[in-house]
Amino acid sequence: MLTNIDLKKAQAVTGAEAVANAMRQIEPHVVAAYPITPQTPIVEYFAKFVADGVVRTEMIPVESEHSAMSAVVGAASAGARAMTATSANGLALMHEIVYIAASLRLPIVMPVVNRALSGPINIHCDHSDAMAERDSGWIQLYAESNQEAYDLTILAVKLAENENVRLPVMVNLDGFIISHGVEPVEFLPDEKVKEFIGELKPVYPLLDTEHPVTYGPLDLYDYYFEHKRQQIEAMRYARKVFPKVAEEFYAISGRKYDFVEPYRMEDAEYVMVALGSTNSTIKYVVDWMREEGHKVGLLKIWMFRPFPKEQVQQYLNGRKAVVVLDRSTSFGAEAPLYEAVKSALYEASARPQMGSYVYGLGGRDILPEHIRQAFEDAIEGNLLADEQRYLGLRE
Amino acid sequence: MPVKYLEIRWHGRAGQGAKSAAQMLAESALEQGKFVQAFPEYGAERTGAPMKAFTRIGDQPVLVRAVIENPDVVVVIDDTLLSPTIVEGLDEKNGLLLVNTVRDFDWIRGRTGYKGKICKVAATDIALQEIGRGVPNTVMLGALVKAVGVVPLEAIEKRIEKMFLGKFGKEIVEANKRALKRGYEEVECGEV
Repeated sequence: MLTNIDLKKAQAVTGAEAVANAMRQIEPHVVAAYPITPQTPIVEYFAKFVADGVVRTEMIPVESEHSAMSAVVGAASAGARAMTATSANGLALMHEIVYIAASLRLPIVMPVVNRALSGPINIHCDHSDAMAERDSGWIQLYAESNQEAYDLTILAVKLAENENVRLPVMVNLDGFIISHGVEPVEFLPDEKVKEFIGELKPVYPLLDTEHPVTYGPLDLYDYYFEHKRQQIEAMRYARKVFPKVAEEFYAISGRKYDFVEPYRMEDAEYVMVALGSTNSTIKYVVDWMREEGHKVGLLKIWMFRPFPKEQVQQYLNGRKAVVVLDRSTSFGAEAPLYEAVKSALYEASARPQMGSYVYGLGGRDILPEHIRQAFEDAIEGNLLADEQRYLGLRE
Repeated sequence: MPVKYLEIRWHGRAGQGAKSAAQMLAESALEQGKFVQAFPEYGAERTGAPMKAFTRIGDQPVLVRAVIENPDVVVVIDDTLLSPTIVEGLDEKNGLLLVNTVRDFDWIRGRTGYKGKICKVAATDIALQEIGRGVPNTVMLGALVKAVGVVPLEAIEKRIEKMFLGKFGKEIVEANKRALKRGYEEVECGEV
């Protein structure tokens, strides 16, 4: 999705600036945030919009991320459109309320600038922060580029607020690589964004005092289970609604989003699967190896939760081999994306060979040669489904 | 062969404007209809610490997101950073090393062991004279544009106006444009 940008209309900006600009156009009623590297520039840009009177957003500078998420939960329950943004340890500190936000079915949108969780302390990119929230009940989208980080932030609002979904959305963008990297981004006109997202239609707002409601009461073995069942159902709806929202976004932007992006997949025999910015480098390697006659391809995952099992099956069934790249690990078990893809292929009629490669923890660079190596392992039939391998690691 | 971009690696100390220069070059190239990418490499963020920044420019979308290991150009904004590691991956046949220094070519060769093409400019002196501050990045951009011809000088001038006019006013814009121009005019390239 780096290819269909009109350079004449594009501006060279960082991913953080792109996301902050999306937030300016969304103009949430409330933003509560606490700065943390590498999310900081998003909050800085947005705070400036507030200070300059460019947006009418109520900005709440809080004393911690736990408070940031609590404040947006409060605001969203009251009937406001509310946003925050964070990274790594900030997200971890939010965790308790992240789970509550989803449980209360609040359509909060939160850009997460992916960064390695401590310890040891590391400010650089990996997906351990988002994966720790994998089962929190939030929809998770992953951006490959600055353009996608901008687009998905806008798209997320409409998806979150859909009356059949009503779930919070994390828009994941890779720390530094996307947040601090400069590349062309085509912005939509303000009025188009406003028209696309429309007015928020609050559902059971606390401020509707004519119809008093309770949020977050005690819910024991009598009903808790049923409420969880409703959340599970909402995720099913998210899967249904997403293509419709993506279609509407296409209509205003010309950029088409989906659960997954297939790249040179028509006759691909060896397919890589990945999340986030590394997909760009994989595309580069796919082009390079295709030129040499290798039938390689890429299946980029845009939506990780809910997991697009059907699309993964559809695209990967019958391929010779599938290599899954994970920028996080699950200690003592298979890496999160690998586990999900492998599980999806259990029911495939023609199961491919599979290989798991963990890379880039703590911002370790991923080079084209590393990606090529993983493809070559697949081509040589040198994959073991039960073996976790590493790219760019000193052993 | 994989797709080729023009790849520039900037070496400086935090606070010398390597990141901004990498970005301004990308912005100027975008305005010339090129695909671009620029990003810094962060370590511990403190003024004076050695840092790198990267610019990629292409006729096709820039896909690679890895750091630049085989640059076409290495720009060194602080000559105390010169060492053999600074020219790592820089091709001696087609590469270019551009240094901010008042020293001579032999000294640069001695410090780096680089046998390829070297250009140099006294960017800090020029910045002090024209801008009144030892921030040499606009001078280096002028020198780079002359040595590599990646974008016209006017494209960078336009960029300086866009970036600095609202923020710092006309005087700073003019000072930076003079610094840029002097970098362009005063850069010297040695014979290989």
